[in-house]
Amino acid sequence: MTQVMAETDLHRGETKAQHHPIRLYLVVWGWLFVLSTCSYLVDYFGLSGYLRWSLILLFMILKAGLIVAIFMHMAWERLALIYAILVPPMLILVFVGIMIFESNYTLLTRLLFFASGS
Amino acid sequence: MVDMTPTHIDAEIVRPAGLRGIVADWSSDQRAFKNVSWGKAMMWIFLLSDTFIFSCFLLSYMTVRMSTVVPWPNPSEVFALTIGAEKIPLILIAIMTFVLISSSGTMAMAVNFGYRRDRWKTAALMLATAALGATFVGMQAFEWTKLIGEGVRPWGNPWGAPQFGSSFFMITGFHGTHVTIGVIFLILMARKVLRGDFDQARRGFFTSRKGRYEIVEITGLYWHFVDLVWVFIFALFYLW
Repeated sequence: MTQVMAETDLHRGETKAQHHPIRLYLVVWGWLFVLSTCSYLVDYFGLSGYLRWSLILLFMILKAGLIVAIFMHMAWERLALIYAILVPPMLILVFVGIMIFESNYTLLTRLLFFASGS
Repeated sequence: MVDMTPTHIDAEIVRPAGLRGIVADWSSDQRAFKNVSWGKAMMWIFLLSDTFIFSCFLLSYMTVRMSTVVPWPNPSEVFALTIGAEKIPLILIAIMTFVLISSSGTMAMAVNFGYRRDRWKTAALMLATAALGATFVGMQAFEWTKLIGEGVRPWGNPWGAPQFGSSFFMITGFHGTHVTIGVIFLILMARKVLRGDFDQARRGFFTSRKGRYEIVEITGLYWHFVDLVWVFIFALFYLW
């Protein structure tokens, strides 16, 4: 009895959660194609410096956002799940900062000792 | 006998908005993820742990690339292909990106048809996703063969910093393994969908539990994650 009730609940839950038209996925798919083409063109035209960096990172973040929000349905989840999954990876940015500092230091010592030592 | 934990609560849960709602969801000895089944929550948590693994690879790659005094090989030239008479930079990687994005598109539609209980379309789209994934792995195998033929090794290469090879094989190898596992996972689940396991509430061979169409969405989460990781690898390894 409990099981039957649980299952009807499940089925209702499923139909309630999914009402997106296929069109939405096709539009997102199209955008992902456009954004990928843009980031490829950055390399094709050989842009360099800060322009290249900002464009690459911009297209990367837009693509990642579209995939997570629409394809992975994160946009329709409860805030409790969204925060539990998306906040921890933000801490990686701190790690990135630490490693940039560390690699600059390593590069400095290498330049100092390899250049003058031999 | 209740053989599965009821995971969907139909009644609307009234919570304050914003941060107060999160605190209310997480506190007082209750289930934190209210309307998310354990399967989906566990897949998300697994993907979070996988995020950290790939982040560590990309971070160590960033560190060796920033700290080396030897020039880094130019990926634009290393991954160029000569088609006809013209040398096109990075073309194979661009095609691989489009193949993987297309597979994500078919997967998203498979999830949608799964919830509409359209057995044939779901299975067909899942198999299309698997085929695109297998194409991706094939192109990666081609790329590896080409680079190994040109003398790239984890400890050196003809063009510059030796760390290029180790980063390349580690990162793309790990990603390729994920794609391969995803293809196997997709084929197994497509077979279950096609056989009508989720319509007849057939018990699984491995777990003896009744499956639900939600497994299509969980498989999809994994697959989209593989695509997501490629977005970062494409930007940070190939385009840097």
